Amino acid sequence: MIQLENITWKTGDRVILADATIEIPANTYAVLMGSTGCGKTTLLEILCGLRSPTTGRVRLDGVDVTDLEPRDRGIGYVPQDLALFPGLKVRDQIAFAPKLRGLPPAEIEARVGRLAEQFGITPLLNRLPDMLSGGEKQRVALARALAAQPKLLLLDEPLSALDEGMRAEAVALLQRVQKEHALTVLHVTHSSSEAAALGHLHLRMNGGRLEFAPAA
Amino acid sequence: MLREKESLLKLCGGMGAFRLAAFHRMRLNRSNLCWLALALITAGYLLFWALLLGATATYSTPESWLQVLMSPEIRHATWLSLVTCSFAAGFALLLAVPVGYLMSRREFRGKSWLDAALDIPIILPPLVVGLCLLIFFQTKIGKVIEMGIPFTYQVSGVVLAQFVVAAAFAIRTMRGTFQHLSARPEEVALTLGCTRFQALWHVALPAARRGMVAAFCIAWARSLGEFGPILVFAGATRMRTEVLPTTVWLELSVGNLEAAVAVSLFMVLLAVVVLVVVRATGEKV
Repeated sequence: MIQLENITWKTGDRVILADATIEIPANTYAVLMGSTGCGKTTLLEILCGLRSPTTGRVRLDGVDVTDLEPRDRGIGYVPQDLALFPGLKVRDQIAFAPKLRGLPPAEIEARVGRLAEQFGITPLLNRLPDMLSGGEKQRVALARALAAQPKLLLLDEPLSALDEGMRAEAVALLQRVQKEHALTVLHVTHSSSEAAALGHLHLRMNGGRLEFAPAA
Repeated sequence: MLREKESLLKLCGGMGAFRLAAFHRMRLNRSNLCWLALALITAGYLLFWALLLGATATYSTPESWLQVLMSPEIRHATWLSLVTCSFAAGFALLLAVPVGYLMSRREFRGKSWLDAALDIPIILPPLVVGLCLLIFFQTKIGKVIEMGIPFTYQVSGVVLAQFVVAAAFAIRTMRGTFQHLSARPEEVALTLGCTRFQALWHVALPAARRGMVAAFCIAWARSLGEFGPILVFAGATRMRTEVLPTTVWLELSVGNLEAAVAVSLFMVLLAVVVLVVVRATGEKV
């Protein structure tokens, strides 16, 4: 469960997030919409721990994580540009988090194989990011995030670079992943059709405040 | 009557189009003239450099260059230059990576002042850098350091004098490299379990490989040409602290122009090699 309590974030005199308060139940696929530059990405970064809120608290499953480092929060983050590691093969991208945790090589290999199969990227394991299409990159970024076995997944417009055909396929994939991994997902999007297809819970950011929105 | 009017209008329209084309041609010609003038200025500057190098290269024969370069003193100076430059560039890179990363990734109060301060070695007159080093090692702190590693008038002093200036150039290069790299992959690495140091080590450094090669080469080339600080701080003792720029100065001071030319041309060759390597990394000197 995600709880945001009176989150404010200011830059200079400009208030980006004003007293944002919301509760997202566990195992929910929440979709967040809002105009460009309204602070959606800032909110995700505060949840991840990449930014500290000016005021307010962040709780995950009842635990206050506001002062915790990003690595201690158990959150998977897929940014808009996917941010694959340049120079690392797909296999090493997915194995990145398990290796950091010091898992035995056999277990790392098994986890990489399982995720690669689930995302249909087994033939791509020895490729570099430069040799992948937009859809393939998106699947690798998701597999990399899930290899850390997070409880919460934050997606920042992950489908924006995909064409219509691939988008429908990606929506189905995200639905399946959320169910299979029992994840709480917060998905930022501009597309109302994407929001309608995916979201159990619809949120809107308006003037720096978070509010529930009726499903489209 | 109506047809006559229409044909008159068409004719006027045609003349307008003709005038417009002429006007564009004129503008194009003026624009071309401007580019031509700029190209001539560039060509003139390059020609001047080609004449300088050509005159130096034809001053003596390849046989006499070889004879000069094979003399024991100049072989020692060459060897010392190559070794000290490599050490100075290596140390400069070790400093430039963390400083460049800090300056490109972190916002803090007084950053613009620190940024300006990092460029001080670039704008200081070289002799002043040497003098500062010399005076520092006469202070109590300097003397304590020298009890461990002697620098003044030593080979280690040559490396230090080269490092002090070369590091500023390496920092500039690394700062630019990290600024061009997106911070997003490092941020994702933090959420995957990295500490900030691990994100630098596993994600930022592999991505900055080319920039690191360029920073090393730039620092190396800068060290190779360093003269003033070395002369003041490490001296110009033959077969001891003499490096290639010192050789040019020593040979000129005794009127041996042929030897000075041979060493200078060798340094030009080394500089060209460095330039080619740096360009191959996609960076600029």
